[in-house]
Amino acid sequence: MATLELQGIRKSFGTTHVLHGIDLAVAEGEMIVIVGASGCGKSTLLRIVAGLETATEGRVIIAGADVTRLEPKDRDIAMVFQNYALYPHMSVFDNMAYGLKIRGLPKAEIRARVQQTADLLGIGQLLERKPRQLSGGQRQRVAMGRAIVREPKLFLFDEPLSNLDAKLRVQMRAEIKRLQRRLGVTSLFVTHDQVEAMTLGDRLVVMHEGRAEQVATPMEIWRAPANTYVAGFIGAPAMNFLAAELVEGGAAAKLKAGATIAFADGVHPGGEGAPLIVGIRPEHIQAGSGPGSLPLKVDLVEPLGAESLIHGALPSGETLTVRMSDCSPLAGSVLPVVLPPASLHVFDAEGRRIEAVRRRERTAAAGAVGA
Amino acid sequence: MMHGPIDATRLAAAERAAMKAEAARRRTDIVTHAILILGVVLFALPIWIVLMGSTHDVGTIARGEVPLLPGPYAVQNYLTALGEGSARTTRVPVALMMVNSFIMALLITVGKIAISLTSAYAVVFFSFPGRMVAFWSIFITLMLPVEVRIFPTFKVVSDLGMINTYGGLIIPLIASATATLLFRQFFLTIPDELVEAAKIDGAGPLRFFKDVVLPLSVTNIAALFVILFVYGWNQYLWPLLVTTSGDVETIVIGIVRMIGSEADTDWNLVMATAVLALLPPVAVVILMQRWFVKGLVETEK
Ligand SMILES: Nc1ncnc2c1ncn2[C@@H]1O[C@H](COP(=O)(O)OP(=O)(O)OP(=O)(O)O)[C@@H](O)[C@H]1O
Ligand SMILES: [Mg+2]
Repeated sequence: MATLELQGIRKSFGTTHVLHGIDLAVAEGEMIVIVGASGCGKSTLLRIVAGLETATEGRVIIAGADVTRLEPKDRDIAMVFQNYALYPHMSVFDNMAYGLKIRGLPKAEIRARVQQTADLLGIGQLLERKPRQLSGGQRQRVAMGRAIVREPKLFLFDEPLSNLDAKLRVQMRAEIKRLQRRLGVTSLFVTHDQVEAMTLGDRLVVMHEGRAEQVATPMEIWRAPANTYVAGFIGAPAMNFLAAELVEGGAAAKLKAGATIAFADGVHPGGEGAPLIVGIRPEHIQAGSGPGSLPLKVDLVEPLGAESLIHGALPSGETLTVRMSDCSPLAGSVLPVVLPPASLHVFDAEGRRIEAVRRRERTAAAGAVGA
Repeated sequence: MMHGPIDATRLAAAERAAMKAEAARRRTDIVTHAILILGVVLFALPIWIVLMGSTHDVGTIARGEVPLLPGPYAVQNYLTALGEGSARTTRVPVALMMVNSFIMALLITVGKIAISLTSAYAVVFFSFPGRMVAFWSIFITLMLPVEVRIFPTFKVVSDLGMINTYGGLIIPLIASATATLLFRQFFLTIPDELVEAAKIDGAGPLRFFKDVVLPLSVTNIAALFVILFVYGWNQYLWPLLVTTSGDVETIVIGIVRMIGSEADTDWNLVMATAVLALLPPVAVVILMQRWFVKGLVETEK
């Protein structure tokens, strides 16, 4: 159990710059999930923390001690690999015990600790087997066990669930979360699966091309994504983005698709006519005609059971995805939709989130009444 | 696809075709078996003749007979060969030659495996300046087996005073590019994550070698052991050059020396020696094959 701090981590492989300065402070016992598209540098970052890769620049601090120049074995960390990396010729017991043996622990203690950890993971009867005699899920548990039995300061997971089938993945996800809570070990978990990220992490680091775009709790990231990349990455189906410009002294957005929508949360900074990107999640769009509604020309309907996904185009030519229950229009028909102001996300032309500078009196009054 | 009605003529045609195919298959079966049997006979007949020849007295073969059935002199022939050798030519007991051959083959095998394991380990798992130079120079020596560099090697060995020593016999044969390349190829298949997991577990390079690389290489080592032992046992040209006295003479050289002039040869002893020369490689193959298969089966489970 320990804190972890990353300061200005940069990494280049020759002339390829992979990480461009990552800062992160992890509290004791916290589970941080690093999520991002393939190739954004997640594994590289994790391997720098593990000591398997040296940072070109920056410092790694575990439990207050600078470990930037230390070997992996001197960092007191444990890592679970995507392909488990079990020693194929060793039994489950020996796989789990190997690190302890090297540290020279007494035999009796090794035996007790391995047995205890194996029981915790429900693999107590498999100790004599070789990795080849195990199913994928069991190997995954052994890999976890090998990490847990060392009682490290830090757990590092590099996509440990991505080789499991969908059902097992959900099950192991919950189990990892429970275990991590119970053991209280500070953890970094790398994944490209946003559902895994949302459910597992106390906080998420959303990475994009070697930068940490946003570090926040899952709900914060979902509610207030820092930029269009994060907004589009978290949430499925992805958020819709529409071109707009700022009007009425910053109080409303005029969509290129037609309607003008007054912001629910107040005036946004920026000059009259400044270009904006307005984001709205598919599940927040409602059907409805009347003032401010947009005609959506439906071209594909995907039924999901309780809900349907409706893909279509607006008069501006922009595409829009809508998730709705109790409504399945025919392809080719026109569905009038409204974008509720309270669900809008406003970004500037570069894609950075713009917050309202002052709340409207109306919301302030409502707040006073509520209190 | 055609969907016409299946009429009788077509059925009959199909049946005839099937029977023809069946007959053809039987014919090829007979032919392949005949070839196989012929091959076995061709391969086994010389060995059989040698084996039978070693059980007759010296006169039988000298008269030009080729005995195909065992004679009464087996025990006597083998005891003479092992204990005294061919009195008319070498006078070196075959038992001593076998010991020499065994020592040579074993040390060549162990030496080659040890050197190639460690050099392949260095080339694959460590990055050091000159790594590729080291690799390519090993690779290039593939083109320089002992036979090609035999004169310079002989000069070096004789200048070092190693003629008629085990060292002179064995050391020049040890450096092995083939085995190094083989192990390198195998080590490259060991996943990086395994190396990294061991690093995190705290295993240093030597420990990783001993605990992970060696056990994973067992089947490769066993296979190489067989090949290299036979290679070492059968060495001819080099031992012929560096051994001039009986003390370090190997059995292959011994057989050659026994076959002096046609009239002088103790053919019964030559045959017995040849049979004895066959035994250790066969024993190694059988022994190692068991281990080899066991290793395969265990990792497969
Ligand atoms: N040893 C290396 N040499 C050169 N480039 C490398 C090396 N390792 C990684 N890279 C590059 O660094 C970038 C980030 O790689 P990394 O493995 O960290 O991605 P990732 O986010 O883990 O992706 P994935 O989700 O596919 O595992 C990639 O573009 C990759 O090509
Ligand atoms: Mg990765």
